[in-house]
Amino acid sequence: MIRTPRRVVVTGLGATTPLGGDVASTWEGLLAGRSGVRRLTEDWIETVPVHIAAPLAVEPPLGRVEARKLDRTQQMALVASREAWADAGTPDVDPLRLMVCVGSGIGGVLTLLSQHDVLREQGARKVTPHVVPMLMPNGPAATVGLEFGARGGVRAPVSACASGTEAIALAYELIKFGRADVIIAGGTEAAIAPLPIAGFAQMQALSKRQDDPTLASRPFDKARDGFVLGEGAGILVLEAEEYAKARGARILGYLAGAGISSDAYHVAAPEPNGAGAARAVQEALETGDLAPADVAHVNAHATSTPVGDLAESKALYLALGSAAGSAVVTATKSMTGHLLGAAGAVEAVATVLAMRERIVPATRNLDALDDEIELDVVRIDNRNIKSGAALSNSFGFGGHDVCLAFTPG
Amino acid sequence: MSQTDVLAGLAEILEEVAGVDPADVTPEKTFIDDLDVDSLSMVEVVVAAEEKFGVKIPDDDVKTLKTVGDAVSYIQRAGVAA
Repeated sequence: MIRTPRRVVVTGLGATTPLGGDVASTWEGLLAGRSGVRRLTEDWIETVPVHIAAPLAVEPPLGRVEARKLDRTQQMALVASREAWADAGTPDVDPLRLMVCVGSGIGGVLTLLSQHDVLREQGARKVTPHVVPMLMPNGPAATVGLEFGARGGVRAPVSACASGTEAIALAYELIKFGRADVIIAGGTEAAIAPLPIAGFAQMQALSKRQDDPTLASRPFDKARDGFVLGEGAGILVLEAEEYAKARGARILGYLAGAGISSDAYHVAAPEPNGAGAARAVQEALETGDLAPADVAHVNAHATSTPVGDLAESKALYLALGSAAGSAVVTATKSMTGHLLGAAGAVEAVATVLAMRERIVPATRNLDALDDEIELDVVRIDNRNIKSGAALSNSFGFGGHDVCLAFTPG
Repeated sequence: MSQTDVLAGLAEILEEVAGVDPADVTPEKTFIDDLDVDSLSMVEVVVAAEEKFGVKIPDDDVKTLKTVGDAVSYIQRAGVAA
């Protein structure tokens, strides 16, 4: 089935993050420059070398019986999807034309670890029969698909910290080429537990700045020393433009283009010259029929690692040329921490709002811009921006690079 | 253990595991169709019942327990045998 490519619009947003239990409180937190990072108090904390993280601001408001069958990733995806679906005006779409694309970087690791403890301490008979649907990485997508009766297909991209963004990029293609009319797309992650913390710490990926947790996540700053682990979910409702207009939906913006590439350089380290990431940015512009000068705003991946932030700066110059210096850049992770597979989805929500309200939240903790980073990163005060395209980057372990290009009209 | 006690104990488990209103837990009700307890949650009910009543309910026997009354009788008999 070959159709004329269709334009893709954003009609609903949902989120639960370290800054708030919904989109409004998260956006208010970003504009206020609040940090969601705090010292953990769990009883296992002394078993790992890093004691700070960015947990959810609001526990998922689900019923006890509903919650016991769902991993935390599924609970958060459900909360964010319900908000986004309501925000979109609960589209009365043919179930065969409704799809779900929800990714997670690690899947139900909290369930995997806690049920492994049950197995070892209490035996196989005490392992919950829900363990497999709770730990499988497609679990959150399946949960959302069941909730909204999506019969057009449920997809669950897995690409580490690019998972949520890749899910949105996949949804873009599926709508563009006629496979679905409406897609609930985004990412979710809940991995604040000893094993993931120990693993990231062994990679030297986490910030060791533990004395003042709110200062630890400092993307693009000279003194950055690693990321801070966060958790949450972000969801967008995407629709074919013609479908959304026919039902009289409020259009928040267009997902004009999306690019996906891979470094083939190293399983964890980013390609230092940013070439792979630049190809994703270029593809997002090309598919969106955009020129570098059209880019008003970039929501950077910028996790606060020394090599990653520098490589992203180089990637933007490779892809945008001199226009990279005039785009207004922000790093959401300075406030939320790094939500892994949910990061790009929450940042896509922030990107749409920044573009729509034409204000870019300042990057927190950016006291002194790294001398090698020649980007216009907003610091101290939020910045009003001109109307234009807005990019959101995400990169994941494995060398995954994804870029989304949003436009106001 | 009396039929009433086993019934009350099962009702507690069903409320905990599947959110079933204890008032709905009567002998003639089927787990799957009437009480909306799916096959996975049924495993949780069985494991909790084994613990609560100190009985063993092998997986093959679980398939024969269609109604709450089936389960009450089974637990009473298993309890006597133990």
